[in-house]
Amino acid sequence: MVCIPLAYVTARARLPVRIAVKTLANLPLILPPSVLGFYLLVTLAPSSFIGHLLEGLLHVRFVFTFAGLVIGSVLFSLPLMFNPCMAGFENLSPTLEEVSYTLGKSRTRTLFSVLLPSIRPSLLTGVAMAFAHTMGEFGVVLMIGGKIPGKTLVASVAIYDYVETLNFPAAHAHAALLLLVSCVILVTVYLVNIIPVFSSGPPHRVR
Amino acid sequence: MLECTLSHTLHGSEGPINLSIDFAVNDGELIALYGKSGSGKTTILRMLAGLTKPDKGRIYVNGVCWLNTEQGINIAPQQRKTGLVFQDYGLFPFMTVRKNLEYGLGRGDDKSIVDSLLQTMGLRELARRHPNRLSGGQQQRVALARALAARPRMLLLDEALSALDPVMRSGLQNALEHTIKSVPVCTIMVSHDLAEIFRLSNKVLHIDNGKIIACGTPREVFKR
Repeated sequence: MVCIPLAYVTARARLPVRIAVKTLANLPLILPPSVLGFYLLVTLAPSSFIGHLLEGLLHVRFVFTFAGLVIGSVLFSLPLMFNPCMAGFENLSPTLEEVSYTLGKSRTRTLFSVLLPSIRPSLLTGVAMAFAHTMGEFGVVLMIGGKIPGKTLVASVAIYDYVETLNFPAAHAHAALLLLVSCVILVTVYLVNIIPVFSSGPPHRVR
Repeated sequence: MLECTLSHTLHGSEGPINLSIDFAVNDGELIALYGKSGSGKTTILRMLAGLTKPDKGRIYVNGVCWLNTEQGINIAPQQRKTGLVFQDYGLFPFMTVRKNLEYGLGRGDDKSIVDSLLQTMGLRELARRHPNRLSGGQQQRVALARALAARPRMLLLDEALSALDPVMRSGLQNALEHTIKSVPVCTIMVSHDLAEIFRLSNKVLHIDNGKIIACGTPREVFKR
């Protein structure tokens, strides 16, 4: 939801803007999760200006809550969705868009009927990878969520706690489940990209 | 009737070229743009379609202003509906041939035009295929049919018949000739094929280095 418009606008922007947005969007990939989590914690805390503003305006508290987990996860997994979207838009032949305009179709119609379906494999890959990645994150959710059982304790952090308390059977169960789900997601992504209906490579040319 | 005066600086591989042209085409007429590559032919089509804005110029179609840089008028490609057939076709890869044609239709248009176009262009058997399973010539026919499905106010063909074999080419030239006569629009075609130019066009503009160096019937232009 955040990445598609961001990538669409960025792919059409001037070079310095493109570089700036790509850098920012990819920071979560490079930064230690604890750094990202720390800055989020500091920025969103009720004592900070932004945190105070958000709590006043939206009546939502982001620190040690589920809402905070969502914000953290979106930022943390942003590159995994943004990069395929961006590559999809950049590699798309500009002719497709121009043809649609000369056929009398608006920009919005062109985006939804031509551009997004053309980069469908990239979108599917992005969604699946971002989902899988979110499931496996640790540092950010620990920092901003604070592992409150029943509220902000997620599977990856729970496993760490189980091991700490030597509760190996519970750790095994959680770990195996995460492993299984991750495998299923990856296999699905690769399968979907093989099926011709879903993958839309450039038209095969015979000259 | 199309009247246009366009001037634009192109940045070609051999340095900048000043494109400066002035011509008129009557409805039902087919005019061919001839000249070596890089002389600005495709840019002329793009400027007519509204995809490239010229530095200076005017375009009037049947008295309606599409572009007048002095008055700051520049109508969007969507309102011009020029039926541009691109050199690389621009077929939508995830749509079948039929869906590609249907995309050209306007809201509330009769879908039967799609069937008749599929028939005329010899595409009926291929209607359910995706573009990546078609040959170059077949793709070109789909692109042309899609442009016609949108009922363009003008037809712009950028070497639209180049990838066809001689038999298919001749058949399509017939269809094109028929279409141009049946719908009162003007057609501008970029072509390198003299036989095609002689067969289809009423007038040829020989363009070199951004300027019209010869203009007239094919016989007049190519007598030398």
